[in-house]
Amino acid sequence: MSVQRELPTDEARDLIALTREVADAELAPRVNADERAERFPREVFSLLGGLGLLGLPFAEDVGGGGQPAAVYLQVVEELAMRWASVALGVSVHTLSATAIDRFGTGDQRARLLPAMVGGQLLGAYCLSEAHAGSDPSALIARAEARPGSGWVADGSKAWVTHGGLADYYTMFLRTSDDARRGISCFHVPADTPGLLAGAPEDKMGMNASHTATMTLDGARLGADALVGEVGQGLPIALAALDSGRLGVSAVAVGLAQSALDHAVAYARERHSFGKPIIEHQGLAFLLADMAAAVESARATYLHAARLSDAGRPYSRQASVAKLLATDAAMRVTTDAVQVFGGAGYTRDFPVERLMREAKVMQIFEGSNQIQRLVIARHLARG
Amino acid sequence: MKIVVCVKHVPDAQGDRRFTDDHTVDREGVDGLLSELDEYAVEEALTIAEARSASGEDSTVTVLCMGPEGATDAVRKALQMGADAGVHVCDDALAGSDALATSKVLAAALRTLEFDLVLTGMASTDGLMSVVPAMLAQRLGLPQVTLAGKVELDGTTVRIERDGDSATEVIEAPLPALVSVTDQINDPRYPSFKGIMAAKKKPVNTLSLADLGLSPDDVGLSAAWSVVEAVAARPPRQAGQRITDEGDGGTRLVEFLAGAKIV
Ligand SMILES: Cc1cc2nc3c(=O)[nH]c(=O)nc-3n(C[C@H](O)[C@H](O)[C@H](O)COP(=O)(O)OP(=O)(O)OC[C@H]3O[C@@H](n4cnc5c(N)ncnc54)[C@H](O)[C@@H]3O)c2cc1C
Repeated sequence: MSVQRELPTDEARDLIALTREVADAELAPRVNADERAERFPREVFSLLGGLGLLGLPFAEDVGGGGQPAAVYLQVVEELAMRWASVALGVSVHTLSATAIDRFGTGDQRARLLPAMVGGQLLGAYCLSEAHAGSDPSALIARAEARPGSGWVADGSKAWVTHGGLADYYTMFLRTSDDARRGISCFHVPADTPGLLAGAPEDKMGMNASHTATMTLDGARLGADALVGEVGQGLPIALAALDSGRLGVSAVAVGLAQSALDHAVAYARERHSFGKPIIEHQGLAFLLADMAAAVESARATYLHAARLSDAGRPYSRQASVAKLLATDAAMRVTTDAVQVFGGAGYTRDFPVERLMREAKVMQIFEGSNQIQRLVIARHLARG
Repeated sequence: MKIVVCVKHVPDAQGDRRFTDDHTVDREGVDGLLSELDEYAVEEALTIAEARSASGEDSTVTVLCMGPEGATDAVRKALQMGADAGVHVCDDALAGSDALATSKVLAAALRTLEFDLVLTGMASTDGLMSVVPAMLAQRLGLPQVTLAGKVELDGTTVRIERDGDSATEVIEAPLPALVSVTDQINDPRYPSFKGIMAAKKKPVNTLSLADLGLSPDDVGLSAAWSVVEAVAARPPRQAGQRITDEGDGGTRLVEFLAGAKIV
């Protein structure tokens, strides 16, 4: 079923139509096989880049589409309706480029962004470490200034989406022990000597999206690798996280919409006690609750996106959206399995996969406990 | 080289197909799109024009569409793919036009345009009659070279390959000519976001019947040479026949297949 969307311009409507066309033709036919084979579809990112779908939120001077967040995120949601790993990849890639876009020098923007938004360069975003997930300020991977110029980096970044596949890594490394200004942001090309990728994690879901630890072993970074000021890393990471949380919200809503669509279609076909199961009120109300969860989650992330588009603070709303949308996705996908009965528990139908994919969304980009922490801090501050 | 591509706006084949009270296809109340088979013609035109522009020859692609107001969506899609300009023939009197009237209107519109080559799809995905290209060539006195699976041009001639069941025909005609292309000829591109933005600035000329010097009496349902008397939905498929294996399952399956003359 296609989602009724309220879009600000004709070009945004055509953009959604294009996204649907491409996603139906290029993503939907291969998602099951690629997820099962744990195959990352790099060429899909080249295709999306070529069509301009990787650069939507960036300015036109670097090849971007100049689109508001509320439009970009609905494109991500449409992708997620067909393939969550691809939509997540788009969100992470956008996050990695956002740091350069917002905090890079004019030279870095001109040199790096066109190939990032064009899909020639795939990005990864490295904040977490094995012992520093929820609390990134505890990170210890270090970059030391080299005598003369440049940096030498040592340590490990954990849980890197696109780890080992990306062409560049936006990395947050410790440059001093200062509690507030001890972390800096770096642009690290994949071919940097001393940068090594670990084996991909053996995950419960999102298997086409590879997640790996990236290790720095005396890796030498040029002076131009630094993004923003020395010590500005944490603010850069946190600013990117606000928009990243909206990205994950959009992925979660698309995933939940897909589960709802599968469940409704099945409930109209499947009969028990002489009628379609959707005509049993006990099941119909489950579906109604699922629809209400999907639509309220969509409204919530779009509200935060519109605040961001208007240049207003939206950090709290982004956390609310992430919390609500990913919890909704977990519940809706779990209930979709219920609607399918025994069939839902088999791999012959996609809903069990959607349920496995939903789980991680409550964990990454700040776990949902951390989202509550953020919201509560905003409330306490007044 | 100047190329005109005829494109049709058709109801989305994935949506519900509906008919109006006079048994014509409901084109107002449903989502429509550029006929998929016409995308091949647009792609071929763009490929030809790009190659010729690259070798220094000024080349343009104009798309021509006859259809109700919503049919601008089909024109816009072709412009987003890369066509340079659009012509949309739009007039209330056109509703219900048959293939003869359609070819008359398209021919009149083509007479107002300059072209070396007219490209069309092999059929529309809603009507599936495949006769408009031939009628159009006849009306314009152009060589008609239909069902091309490959198109090659030099400055003065067009040469196509038409794949049949047992042979591939190679056919050549002088330009200007009309060529219809099959769905085997290429892989139509997607519009890009740049294409979407660029299309907003491309010219679309909307023409009425009067602009083309045609009378409402020449077109529309009342002028149609054939009339659809009735439309009925295909009956739902019957439930299959279930064979319970009581030791003779194999034999009974073969009996079924033999009964259907399959073995
Ligand atoms: C598939 C996948 C992809 C990922 N991709 C990336 C990526 O691209 N880049 C990146 O930097 N990271 C990425 N991550 C890492 C992710 O962001 C972290 O896993 C997440 O932030 C949680 O950190 P942790 O795993 O260390 O859990 P921990 O921090 O150890 O948390 C364990 C549990 O304790 C809870 N908890 C922790 N602190 C508190 C508190 N103060 N109050 C209440 N509860 C608390 C948590 O909510 C959680 O339930 C990815 C993770 C996964 C699984």
